[in-house]
Amino acid sequence: MIYLDNAATSYPKPKEVGRVMLHFLEKVGASPGRSGHRLSIEAGRLLYQTRESLAELLNVIDPLRIIFTLNVTGAINLVLKGLLRPGDQVITSSMEHNSVMRPLRELEKRGVEVKVVPCSPQGDLDPVDIKRSIKKNTKLIVLNHGSNVIGSILPISAVGAIARDYGLLFLVDTAQTAGCYPLDIKRDNIDLLAFTGHKALFGPPGTGGLVVGEGVDIKKLNPLKVGGTGSRSESEKQPDFLPDIYESGTPNTVGLSGLNEGVRFVLREGIEKICQHELELTQKLIEGLKEIPAVIVYGEDQIKDKVAVISFNIKDQLPSEVGLRLDEEYDIMCRVGLHCSPAAHKTIGTFPVGTVRFSMSWFNTFEEVDQAIIAIRNIAEGVKPKRSFC
Amino acid sequence: MKDNYSVVIFYSTSAAIRAEILAKRSKLVVKLIPVPRHLSSDCGICLRFNNKDKPKIEEILKENKIEYENIYKM
Repeated sequence: MIYLDNAATSYPKPKEVGRVMLHFLEKVGASPGRSGHRLSIEAGRLLYQTRESLAELLNVIDPLRIIFTLNVTGAINLVLKGLLRPGDQVITSSMEHNSVMRPLRELEKRGVEVKVVPCSPQGDLDPVDIKRSIKKNTKLIVLNHGSNVIGSILPISAVGAIARDYGLLFLVDTAQTAGCYPLDIKRDNIDLLAFTGHKALFGPPGTGGLVVGEGVDIKKLNPLKVGGTGSRSESEKQPDFLPDIYESGTPNTVGLSGLNEGVRFVLREGIEKICQHELELTQKLIEGLKEIPAVIVYGEDQIKDKVAVISFNIKDQLPSEVGLRLDEEYDIMCRVGLHCSPAAHKTIGTFPVGTVRFSMSWFNTFEEVDQAIIAIRNIAEGVKPKRSFC
Repeated sequence: MKDNYSVVIFYSTSAAIRAEILAKRSKLVVKLIPVPRHLSSDCGICLRFNNKDKPKIEEILKENKIEYENIYKM
């Protein structure tokens, strides 16, 4: 089996991830921050260590400014809905995932002004276009870092610098980059960094979070949910300090302990090495696919700087049919269609049919890339299947 | 023996755990214990340390900008 759907969720995970989760369930088990006994404290330590590992990876000074959510969508919703008020303007790009677009369209109905800056069909964004869109009522700029459709990288550091100049907040969706592409909250001028745990950070599903930068006034960022935090139990008012203000309810400690191991794995291997390996896989895959006459690869111009996400189509064949044949005849798992990103597909010109998407991780090999290229060549050239896997 | 201890009361459990980990890295002998009822109505944990380490504990809290409610002698 060849798994090329890592942009949806990474598989496999490093072995330590499952091991530590089992250890938690069997040996720790308790609820963190809720009781004073030793097991509860141990659970609390595990949560803290997860924050600390993430802080090391993302260059965050105070680990308690990292708060946990169920996924990156939870973190993005918290920022957009907790921060934007009717009359505010928010600027975003035409390459965004629905995790950004849907909350923005909902807020638009409530009187928030949404400016979508167009990107080129290759997924490029000119920071000057962002600058031109800034108005008196602009409050926030929100961008994805790496596209979940074509793997293109947006110039976040330059846009972040513009946000600083104008006193705006800058939110970055790092779903496709945290863990496999260099990220630094300071260097990249990020105020709010939303991440997911279950992709390149190798945690299990149900983990993600938000880094709340030093420059963010939490009084202006309302929590989406309030409730028990284990702190200030004498009061019926929500705590006003981090991380408790945004972390009501029992957290996913077992998942987050797994995430810690995933992040430790990334730190051990080193982000540059991971990024380089994925880039080499990507370049090999794109070059191989381009040699097949009937194949169209999207966003191929940025081959020198992108994450391992590739979209393509075979002329006169539907992505859904190609995906089914890859699964049934070649044992290759991928994702076809629109990838929850209608805006991005409109930008690259593949809406509403969509594309076939291959997305790789540290664990993919050059041999797997070769096999994927052969499979696509066969499907494109009408070769009959030799055997079926299901 | 009991008289040789003090505790730091924090606003959040996460801050208490952070302080514990940082203090242990500085080789101080500390322990997280439930907050004594007479000190706070909260159900959380606090950091117990030897009185002699008070300046070092205060330095760690200040250096890492960890907010705390108070320090009490036990």
